[in-house]
Amino acid sequence: MEYRDYYQILGLERTADQAEIKRAYRKLARKYHPDVSKEEQAEDRFKEVSEAYEVLKDPEKRAAYDQLGSSYHTGEDFRPPPNWDQGFEFHGGGYTEADPEAFSDFFESLFGRGGFGGAHAQGFGAGTRRQFHAEGENTHARIAINIEDSYRGATRQITLKHSVLGADGRPEIKERKLNVKIPKGVTEGQQIRLAGQGEPGIGEGKPGDLYLEITFNPHPLYHAEGKTVYLDLPLTPWEAALGDKVAVPTPDGTVNVTIPPNSRNGGKLRLKGRGIPAKEPGDFYVVLNIVTPPANSDEEKEAYRQFSQAFSFDPRSGMGG
Amino acid sequence: MQQNQNGDITILDEDSELTLKELCRACGIPAEQILALVEEGIIEPRGPQAHWRFSGICVRRVRRVYHLRRDLGVNLAGAALAIELLEEIEQLRARLARLEHK
Repeated sequence: MEYRDYYQILGLERTADQAEIKRAYRKLARKYHPDVSKEEQAEDRFKEVSEAYEVLKDPEKRAAYDQLGSSYHTGEDFRPPPNWDQGFEFHGGGYTEADPEAFSDFFESLFGRGGFGGAHAQGFGAGTRRQFHAEGENTHARIAINIEDSYRGATRQITLKHSVLGADGRPEIKERKLNVKIPKGVTEGQQIRLAGQGEPGIGEGKPGDLYLEITFNPHPLYHAEGKTVYLDLPLTPWEAALGDKVAVPTPDGTVNVTIPPNSRNGGKLRLKGRGIPAKEPGDFYVVLNIVTPPANSDEEKEAYRQFSQAFSFDPRSGMGG
Repeated sequence: MQQNQNGDITILDEDSELTLKELCRACGIPAEQILALVEEGIIEPRGPQAHWRFSGICVRRVRRVYHLRRDLGVNLAGAALAIELLEEIEQLRARLARLEHK
């Protein structure tokens, strides 16, 4: 097991007072909170920061942690010394609302595991010899899919970590692989609920549900905003000016699109209902992107000269002067 | 352990409807807290209070508010402001990504 330097994680000296600890935590939490942050690895950083704060904000846990001394370094192999926690009473109690599933082995070896979901409930029935039933916990996770998956539906395998009560009565983390069906028509940021795919219930309790938040992988061609999908279509100036028929890729397959004469750069052509499918499907927009070829050869240069002779066109006419 | 998906799948979009009880269960928080979110205008149920129906997108909002309050110590009004701004940023980022794509 690896030692964790909670002071270093929060960027603090070991002499920091409680107010400094809170301030450091709040700052980092705002920076890395997975609901707020776009930083790389935000979720992992946030877990570390929360764990560090969980220990350092509580004077008892902090005192016990400090007692280990400052000779360890982050990542160093670590075993808690025997009876290291004598005189401290925090096992099983005093946990805040932070998500204990997220804490490291290092944390658990020192402070045990707090707030272990519904499994605590198992104790209740024991005295009365009645079996206890409870519904399983809901599970929340994120899944990244491709935009094409939303057009057709797809099956993806995900790995979920969940805690179960081991033979010794201590919770342990188990991995669970699950094939989930992504239904047609999901959009970015949306949640889907898979009934009965959460954590198992206790006794005859029903299992919980699995909630998956959908994110889209970046796509080289398409961008989705809600149910609306956009594609940038490069065009030559003559295609845009004279009009043409162009084969345009969509996640649904190629569509022949008529480019009207005198199309402007940035203009949008709407393919109604070819966005993300739904009862009222989204639209697909082809955004025109006029690309001018470089004039390298003499022939090409001559063609541009003919352009300039043919047009009395001043793109800067509105600029005065 | 491998399980095949066999349960019901629901897309929680604007069109899907949850009762108060379903929303509480989906988000793992008690009804009083949902009521507070309604009072703050963070989520808007349809129908009379005895038969409230919440749209599926409430699940994400409620959970986000709950996480922001728990982890960042903001109050309800602050969380409400934060998620409105976050949702706006998300839309702007999506537009920006589209425009920068060229």
